[in-house]
Amino acid sequence: MLGALAVAVLVLIAAMIVTVFIKAWPSFSHNGLRWFGSGGDVDAQIRAMQASVPIPGHSIDYFRAWPLIWGTLVTTLAAVLLALIVSLFAAIFLTEFAPAVVRRTLEPVIRLLAGVPSVVYGLIGILALAPVINQHLISNSRKHSVGYVVQLNGADLTTATIILAVMITPIMVALIAGALSSVPAAWREGSVALGVNRWRTIVRVSLRTARPAIVAATVLATARALGEAIMLSMVAGGRGFPANPLDGLTFLFEPVKPLAATIVNNAEGLTIPALAQTMYAIAAVLLVSAAMLSFAGWAAKQPLKRYGIRA
Amino acid sequence: MPPPVRRIVVDEEPRIVAPQARPAGVVPAQRDAAQARRRITAAKPSVVRERMRVESVWLAYGDNWVVRDVTLPVRQGEVLALIGASGSGKTTLLRSLNRLTEITAGGARAGQITLDGQEIHELEVNDLRRRVSMVFQQPNPFPMSIYDNVAYALAEQRPPRGRRRRRSPELERAAEDALRRAGLYDEVAGDLERSALRLSGGQQQRLCIARALAVQPEVLLLDEPCSALDPISTATIEELIVGLRETVAIVIVTHNLQQAFRVADHVAFMHLGELVEYGTSEQVFDHPIQPRTRDYISGAFG
Amino acid sequence: MEAAGLARAPVDLEVVRPKRQGTGSWPLVDRLGYWFCWATGVALCLIVAGIVIFMFVKGIAYLRPAMFAESPSASLQQSQSGGFLDPIVGTLIITAIGTAIAAPIGVALAAWMSEYARPAVLARAVESGIDVIAGVPSIVLAIFGLLIFTQSFLGFLSQNAASGAVYGRSFFAAGIVMSLIALPLIVGSTREALGQVPDRTREASYALGKTKATTIRRVLLPAIRPDIASGIVLGMGRIIGDTAIITILLGATLTTEPVGSVPLLGTLRGTGSTLTSYVYNNSPAGEGNAPQKAYAAAFVLLMLVLGLNALVTRLTAAGRQRSPLRILLAQLGTWGHRWTR
Repeated sequence: MLGALAVAVLVLIAAMIVTVFIKAWPSFSHNGLRWFGSGGDVDAQIRAMQASVPIPGHSIDYFRAWPLIWGTLVTTLAAVLLALIVSLFAAIFLTEFAPAVVRRTLEPVIRLLAGVPSVVYGLIGILALAPVINQHLISNSRKHSVGYVVQLNGADLTTATIILAVMITPIMVALIAGALSSVPAAWREGSVALGVNRWRTIVRVSLRTARPAIVAATVLATARALGEAIMLSMVAGGRGFPANPLDGLTFLFEPVKPLAATIVNNAEGLTIPALAQTMYAIAAVLLVSAAMLSFAGWAAKQPLKRYGIRA
Repeated sequence: MPPPVRRIVVDEEPRIVAPQARPAGVVPAQRDAAQARRRITAAKPSVVRERMRVESVWLAYGDNWVVRDVTLPVRQGEVLALIGASGSGKTTLLRSLNRLTEITAGGARAGQITLDGQEIHELEVNDLRRRVSMVFQQPNPFPMSIYDNVAYALAEQRPPRGRRRRRSPELERAAEDALRRAGLYDEVAGDLERSALRLSGGQQQRLCIARALAVQPEVLLLDEPCSALDPISTATIEELIVGLRETVAIVIVTHNLQQAFRVADHVAFMHLGELVEYGTSEQVFDHPIQPRTRDYISGAFG
Repeated sequence: MEAAGLARAPVDLEVVRPKRQGTGSWPLVDRLGYWFCWATGVALCLIVAGIVIFMFVKGIAYLRPAMFAESPSASLQQSQSGGFLDPIVGTLIITAIGTAIAAPIGVALAAWMSEYARPAVLARAVESGIDVIAGVPSIVLAIFGLLIFTQSFLGFLSQNAASGAVYGRSFFAAGIVMSLIALPLIVGSTREALGQVPDRTREASYALGKTKATTIRRVLLPAIRPDIASGIVLGMGRIIGDTAIITILLGATLTTEPVGSVPLLGTLRGTGSTLTSYVYNNSPAGEGNAPQKAYAAAFVLLMLVLGLNALVTRLTAAGRQRSPLRILLAQLGTWGHRWTR
């Protein structure tokens, strides 16, 4: 009987994946591979679908997702990079340098950070961080310079990246610190006995041994960042604007709309067929990305087994 | 009543007490003829010079004195064996020679330990540990290739002139040299990129010795290096140790009395932190002066 | 010559107590690394302190006890827009449904995976399946749920329009999908706990002639009650904090709108709001523009989640001494377990 339950759960999961792709198929088939490309204002395309009035010259299903994909890529990669650097150093601090008192305070703190709901992060972002960035970092001249295309108001790529990085840091720190503390003391002692100072011992022995965990942490954090919808829909600016690196520093302050946030923003319109298909298509892209991430993580750990680093 | 401590004067040959001078009732140490213990014969080095000196050293953990008032010389050209029961302080004394006792908090030290005349606490600690290398009881090769293991400390030592190069000609030569000295080169020369963890126990321990030798240390400390190994590996490593004594001062801690007899030139017997007896191998094993030494060697305790 | 009491050497020798090794002798690059480590540690503390203090200050400023009792009402004036009674009730209902579904299924699955696991292919597939659920973003689960619940044969779970279209958004719908996100946490906790129970406990029960099913029910599960409880609390925390599923599957009404006249069933078939959607809607990102209410509700939400956090610590500390980071790793579900020892 329990076995039947297990099968039922599996069937449910398979059904989820299959139905998402089935519902998404019309959007892909109408747009072809150019679904992933750029072509026009993606916000206008969505508005057209909501109004059921096609954009002149195109069908109702016309959709070019590149600005959304670009927004997702930039925020996710930047946040993961930032979080990786901070987490590595924080994990080393936690396991090697922190006095016992500090460690006992920092561990619950990190766990607390991981528990904060994403809507609270979004609130802090939009009501506290964005105005600060708006007032102090974005000058009026900068706003004028792009004013004819887009409004800069602090809800942008930078704010989103910072808050996303804060959200994913706790899980990375937990995984990496867990692995660092499992490095056999014999290796650390052996390295110190050879006259290598503690920092170089950490870099050459401990971090090397913790590499599978670092890979795992990165994969997990990227998956979390990809799927974050609510916080990003509150903070990232909500404009399907492909932030342009060629704009120089202004690039950092341009609004973006990542893929997952797009689905949340159009939650009410899901009764309209054209819009629903598009949203399912976006969900399908997210599903495939999560699967590819999982595979990438597995593949990255294979070479490490050669040197006896247990993964 | 604790046995009295003998103070050692450098270069003084210990007096060998002739049999008739022994007090009545004392039985000489039994030697089982069937167990013909052979000393490893290797050419006796020509020059024996003192490298380190332990002078009236007391070591404590917390409020517990683990080593009490020990004075010993460590000479290049000879092997010094520290023997004694568990808890005698011999491992602690060994680890204090390269300041490894500082890793655990709560230690204290009194007395002097000098390397070539310099107090080791005044030396930079990582510098000291390159001059006084250590091999541990359990082989602990790093999870890297054989080459990376041996070249590890050397690669770290080179000041980054531009970039730290993993495989420079000097490093490769030094690694090969160390592997030869450790007697491992012929067995692994084919593939130095193999993972070090795939070697057998004896090979791993020889790798650790090679790794310790790569930095050209002046003193080599060995903490029961063969206790985790089979007899054949043990024999290989013992020959290795005796062969190394010409260029490196060697201090070995061992539980195995036969091993001490095989490899050591001088033997120091410690009990409960105190140095009970110090002398040449023949003197301590065949004609021990202190009753406690006699008891330990004949197996009455330990 | 005997040294007595604290480590005092004999009079003529000076005692050296080695200090913790300083970094003075390190090359500059290494010292920079050391300082950067300290900097990130301190920065994390400051960030958390900042978040908590900020939410505390804002929350206390705008929170009124009356808010817990009033229903929200649409009004442009913040002072007249009522409280968040309905959202709180909504949160409770969703959490109850989600946990009520996830807990028995999760524990049963974990027991199957740990004690039976035959055939092996199925066991591996189920384990991967749980991993997949843990890894899929909740927004994707949400619109999958919408797809399911708008099918006509499930019309009894939500509102049916006159045209025959099923609305698909209701407490039932949201609660059922919420159970999916709590499932991996409960399964993970229970499985790990079952793995810790020594084999001799099972053998003792079998030796007394008990069947496997009875052993699980009467011996193993009672033995790991704190861990099951902690897994359930972790799941509840996740449910309470999730907004994406609510925005898609609960409809966008401020107050609870029952469907039909049957008392409890009508509410569950109807729409409403939860604390999370209330905060979202009152923030600049939603329709309302009532930051004060948003702060107040967010503060309540944060306190709720922190309280659950503390409860988990209490539950697991009772069983085993576990560092907070290990508890966090358990929170990551089966993914975290696989990659640490």
